[in-house]
Amino acid sequence: MPVLTENDTRIWRRRTTGKSLVLWFGWLLGLAAFVVCWQRISGATTWFFVQDAPRIAGDIWTRATPPRWEYLSQLGKPIWDTLNIATLGTLIALVLAVPVAFLAARNTTPSKLIVRPIALLIIVSTRSINSLIWALLLIAIIGPGVFAGVIAIAIRSVGFCAKLIYEAIEEIEHAQVEAITATGASRWQVMAYGIVPQILPAFAGVAVFRWDINIRESTVLGLVGAGGIGLQLSASLNTLAWPQVSLILLVILFAVVISEWVSAKVRGAII
Amino acid sequence: MLQLKKLVKTYRTGDQALKMIDLEVPDGQVLALIGPSGAGKSTMIRCINRLVEPSSGEVWLDETELTRLGAGALRRARRKMGMIFQEYALVERLTVMENVLSGRLGYVGFWRSLARRYPQKDVDEAFRLLDRVGLLHMADKRADELSGGQRQRIGICRALIQDPKLLLVDEPTASLDPKTSRQIMRLICELCAERGLAAIINIHDVALAQMFVSRVVGLRFGEIVFDGGPTELSPDKLTEIYGEEDWEATIETVEDETEEAAPVAAVAP
Repeated sequence: MPVLTENDTRIWRRRTTGKSLVLWFGWLLGLAAFVVCWQRISGATTWFFVQDAPRIAGDIWTRATPPRWEYLSQLGKPIWDTLNIATLGTLIALVLAVPVAFLAARNTTPSKLIVRPIALLIIVSTRSINSLIWALLLIAIIGPGVFAGVIAIAIRSVGFCAKLIYEAIEEIEHAQVEAITATGASRWQVMAYGIVPQILPAFAGVAVFRWDINIRESTVLGLVGAGGIGLQLSASLNTLAWPQVSLILLVILFAVVISEWVSAKVRGAII
Repeated sequence: MLQLKKLVKTYRTGDQALKMIDLEVPDGQVLALIGPSGAGKSTMIRCINRLVEPSSGEVWLDETELTRLGAGALRRARRKMGMIFQEYALVERLTVMENVLSGRLGYVGFWRSLARRYPQKDVDEAFRLLDRVGLLHMADKRADELSGGQRQRIGICRALIQDPKLLLVDEPTASLDPKTSRQIMRLICELCAERGLAAIINIHDVALAQMFVSRVVGLRFGEIVFDGGPTELSPDKLTEIYGEEDWEATIETVEDETEEAAPVAAVAP
């Protein structure tokens, strides 16, 4: 109730005095918590190593430059694997995500009480576990290699894609669905004519966005043995072959820039 | 041909949108449904094709009782009822032709409709209808490139290609300017006359309704409070439908209707 009466004139303030006080107290509490945390972190840090950091970093830099260019010939296959892991993983994820999204969206789910919670559970559980951890699990199950990487990326992406697609489904214009229903169209026809055209731009956007993310994620999958360029990275790191490490990082950077460019182009073309 | 018997719709919130509606629409009659916002006009026409499920009562279309039909039979019955919407409700990202042909969805199987392989006679009919409403040159345009009046014409084509017996028209002119409104109303009524269709037209604009239809039904709080010819609508009757207001100006517009530029009086809620 920000409208108060004082001396017969009605005045308006954004907040009442009580609310303002609570707000200020909240800020004070936050600031205090920040200071305390800072002090704790500071106490737990070995400052000697931190002071040493610039020197060590400089040392690694001199060891890592120049990159070992002749190693490039051995990176072609792994970076190709990495791209394939990302692309195949994204495709599989999209195929799985679309039905999950339709089951999760409030306006298309067949049952709000049973099916929707299950679909939401799938979304949350696949999203909450990092692809590196999925890869570790899958390597134990199906053995090391590119396939484990593809599946890890796919599972990790299902939740992400399904969530964004189901939000798009919930935001469609209902009148268009009504109009198609009124013609006597079947359930599937209503979906194909009334819903799909409306979510197509969102779907394409999600697909390239996730592909873009997956290229980054798949570069590290090799660290745990799930194929791709990460395998070379971990081998080079373990043998302290810094010039190779710097070359691999450059290649990854290049791949990511390319994927960024492609997805920007695709998104521009759709919208 | 269409008969509503004791039709009741109570929403889950407890609002009674329709209270025991009894209404009969003979073949080929164009009927305007007027009444204030929230009187239940939209609910009523949606209860006929069951976009909204009626709570009780019966809806008869010829020899079929619609409220108890199963999913498949309901879809077949819906083919006989074309619907036209206030905001056109075209599928924005599809082309004009796809939108018109979507009126045939009830007749065409899923895979054929997905591949857009409609029977040639449907395509012929679509072209004929587009020509009739004067939008043949727009067939390949995307629906969102069209103006309001053009979109509503496409909406009309989509309803007519269903080969309906009855048109359910929900505020066809509410988003259009006065001149386009008249053109659209004229087009709907002409097409109904050409094809011998019955129509229920929800409309806010009393003057426009009086201009074009042969029967007016007034709805207030979910009950029919007026049923008669357009000339029988007196200020008293309008007060009964809408509430207290000075109605002289509204009715006067009807009398000098021949003047194309005549201002169409807004109806106070």
